[in-house]
Amino acid sequence: MTVFERWHLDRPLLIALLILALVSLAVLYSASGESLHFALNDAVRLTIGFVIMIAVAQASPETYRRWSVPLFVIGILGLGAILAIGVMRFGARRWIAIGPLSIQPSEFMKLSVPMMLAWFFSRHHLPPRLWRIGGAVLILLLPVALIAKEPDLGTALIVLLAGIIVVFLAGIGWRTIVSITLLTLAAGPIFWAHMHHYQRQRIFVLFHPQADPLGAGYHAIQAMIAVGSGGIFGQGWLHSSQAHLHFLPDSTTDFAFAVFCQEFGLLGNIALLALYLFIVYRGLQIAFAAQDSYSRLLAGSLSIMFFFDVFINMGMVAGILPVVGVPLPLLSYGGTSLIITMAGLGVLMGIHSHRRLVS
Amino acid sequence: MQRIPLKNDTREVRLFGTRVLVAVILGAGLIIALIGRLGYLEIVQHHYYAELAQNNRISPVPIPPARGLILDRNGVVLAENFPVFTLQIIPDQVPNMGRLLLKLKTWIALNKQDMHNFRVRLLQHKSFQGVTLRAHLSEAEAARIAVNLTRLKGVTLHARLRRFYPLGGLAVDAIGYVSRITPSEEVGTQAARYFGYHYIGQLGVESSYQKELMGRIGFKDVEMNAQGRAVKVLKRILPHAGHNLYLNIDAQMQAIGEQMLNNRPGSIVALDPRTGAVLTLVSSPVYDPNQFVDGIGEKAYKALAENPNGPLNDRAINGLYPPGSTIKPFYAYAALQTQWFDPQKKILCPGYWHLPHSTHLFHCWKPLGMGMVNLKDAIEESCDVYFYELAFKQGIDRMTRYLTYFGFGQPTGIDIPGEYRGLVPTRAWIKASKKPWYTGQTIITGIGQGRLLVTPVQLADAVATIANHGVRMRPEIVRGIVNPVTHAVRYIEPQGYPPVPQRRPGSLKTLIQDMTAVVEGPHGTARGIAHNLPYKIAGKTGTAQLWSVGPNFRGKHLRADALFIAFAPVSHPRIAIAVIVEHAGFGDLAAAPIARALMNFYLLGHVHARLQNQQRSRVALAGTKP
Repeated sequence: MTVFERWHLDRPLLIALLILALVSLAVLYSASGESLHFALNDAVRLTIGFVIMIAVAQASPETYRRWSVPLFVIGILGLGAILAIGVMRFGARRWIAIGPLSIQPSEFMKLSVPMMLAWFFSRHHLPPRLWRIGGAVLILLLPVALIAKEPDLGTALIVLLAGIIVVFLAGIGWRTIVSITLLTLAAGPIFWAHMHHYQRQRIFVLFHPQADPLGAGYHAIQAMIAVGSGGIFGQGWLHSSQAHLHFLPDSTTDFAFAVFCQEFGLLGNIALLALYLFIVYRGLQIAFAAQDSYSRLLAGSLSIMFFFDVFINMGMVAGILPVVGVPLPLLSYGGTSLIITMAGLGVLMGIHSHRRLVS
Repeated sequence: MQRIPLKNDTREVRLFGTRVLVAVILGAGLIIALIGRLGYLEIVQHHYYAELAQNNRISPVPIPPARGLILDRNGVVLAENFPVFTLQIIPDQVPNMGRLLLKLKTWIALNKQDMHNFRVRLLQHKSFQGVTLRAHLSEAEAARIAVNLTRLKGVTLHARLRRFYPLGGLAVDAIGYVSRITPSEEVGTQAARYFGYHYIGQLGVESSYQKELMGRIGFKDVEMNAQGRAVKVLKRILPHAGHNLYLNIDAQMQAIGEQMLNNRPGSIVALDPRTGAVLTLVSSPVYDPNQFVDGIGEKAYKALAENPNGPLNDRAINGLYPPGSTIKPFYAYAALQTQWFDPQKKILCPGYWHLPHSTHLFHCWKPLGMGMVNLKDAIEESCDVYFYELAFKQGIDRMTRYLTYFGFGQPTGIDIPGEYRGLVPTRAWIKASKKPWYTGQTIITGIGQGRLLVTPVQLADAVATIANHGVRMRPEIVRGIVNPVTHAVRYIEPQGYPPVPQRRPGSLKTLIQDMTAVVEGPHGTARGIAHNLPYKIAGKTGTAQLWSVGPNFRGKHLRADALFIAFAPVSHPRIAIAVIVEHAGFGDLAAAPIARALMNFYLLGHVHARLQNQQRSRVALAGTKP
């Protein structure tokens, strides 16, 4: 029995994650203006993340399945509590303060919603009947609506996406997919009418960042300058002028990838992307190897969601997606989001390491 | 664990596989789009964004050069630069503002006004910007701060060069002054040329030699962060200091002239007739140019502008005076060129003169007349009747033509801006004025009254022309321009105008002899200055009467300006002078002694003892800076 087997770890996944953690330390050290203090802080957070991942991996898929419903209920109660007693920050109620900790239940739903839906679908044969899909949609819309009310449209859409992925993987009929897509497109103008001004502004600026270079377009423009000036080979580590001279906002969090681009260029981008895709690939492998439909659905949706987290952040930095506050998994300096990502990866490892030889 | 039949599981795995495949295909499309976008930004648009990043980063900060010095002909400094220190505080970097201010108070003087201004500025500036606590620190204060600077977090000391005129108002009308460049400055169109400079010359040689004095600006490329704070200096192009000006002006002689005028309104211009070098250029009263350097207060400016003696007026070049009798030698010269004029022929001066067939009397300044006078007597005693007669005989055309030859009615071309052309009533001018011209006006023009107006520098240049054998030189204040690094000197070449026509040889000599009699002759109007002179002066006094004009002279009905023009030594003239003292009565009393004092100083090195002491104390004062 190897160390990996004893601790229920997946070697390829762990190695890839450790490399990412080192990249994160290097990028954040640079982005923070060569602050050793900041890098140490990041190291501590990453360590906590890894500890949580390992802890989660010790549990079997059966345990996850059993906890799916209670966790979901806790999450919904948390979201409800936010509307009642949440802490107002930056014009939105997203946090609950428990002593010195402040917790973001909406981040937690990124993990809880796939678990809940996987549990819901795996109770019966797949593909699901239409009425079960209707039930799934109701389960999904409850947290999405609560998060959107905070308001945190970005996270609400991501939780929605996570749920849709589970529904999609569960085997929803193509006809249903097409009709729902058409319905959504038709409902688009209604959504637009109900959006906050700054949300509309962000989408508008996606297409015309130069329209408001010092306001809504500032993030997008400075990020594109960072990316474009990186060139093929990059300016080299610690040479991101955009971050060092504070032109790039949020350079340690949502826009850490822009710093990476300026310092390591297109070749660095491709290498980093390959590393992320390897993690996604390994996650899908785990899903295929899973022995029950709950594990399969959960592993598959978590892997694909991991891919979307990466794509949305990179797409935002590259200017093909609007500026939504989504961090780059592991690379960005983060609290709750890092823990949730690591817990999700722990779930993948747990699913893989608790396989039985014969059923 | 829930048991799920194996058959079902296979079907579900196949379904799952299809779905994942679809997702992977979609994902691959997204990845291709992302890499395409990154490639577009990082390869195709790389140069564009690299330049934007560079522009974000680098900003050029000008380093102003030291402005050229201005020195007199003997090297006495008239305009220099000295460093002034400004203490600024960057609030962001200060851990405890209250404690810092208390600490600073022990080293520098901070009064209530300073503290109040600082607090106001503190609110107006962003917290990462430097906020001025005090400007113009004394050298001792700056030194105290400088040695403690490492212990004073957030405190910065800025040095810049301030223009300083150590002798105060001495020769201010020749030197001019500098003032801060303001956005509304008329250099607007050439804003780029003056970018980064603190000062621009106003008036005097500070203005006319602005290009030589200003030097060339230096730059440092400073890395700036998004807040505009300098992070480090990447490149430095050093400035080139401005060139120094050596003037023809003699500061001591200038001081003598100013002190003899003693703030009475008036003007003195002394030239070297051979070169046109301006030895002295006084416009009295003077004012202190230092108060203009960093902006003059409204109150102080109002006081200067509304002073009835008009200190801001540069009388030497734009004071317009009727020349009075000082114009007579030039008419005499004109007459001497004709065949019909006989300088020896005497005419009777009964004390008055009238036109044929007219009863209007033109009076001589001597009510009972001078008896029989020839040209020499007429100049020596300044007989008006003789010149009434001469004007009548010559006519306005001939008179004004010769005045023009001597430079009247046109700018002398002196190398400072703002010169007036004066007024010579030529036929063209009369025609343009569209008013009738009476012969009587010609007659009074013959004694330097009427419409005729001259500036002191024109008078000096004209009398220098007589001294210089009829060749008029352009008055030059600047003698040479010195490169402060190589010490190479570029001398300003003397420039002559076409010589005054001399149709009868010896006529100039006759005129000079007659003018010498003004000082040396027994009846000479300026004989009072002739005693104990080891050299001979030729000159002409004048008293110009003018009905008061302009708001500055309200209440004074009739003013009589004292004038004196002269050159010396007669044998080989080295100095020509024009002196005008406003409201001073007769020229021989007020103006001539000033000319004599300057000539004595210039030709003999004599300085009146009292003046010498004052001069010394004044130069000593120059050492103490404000």
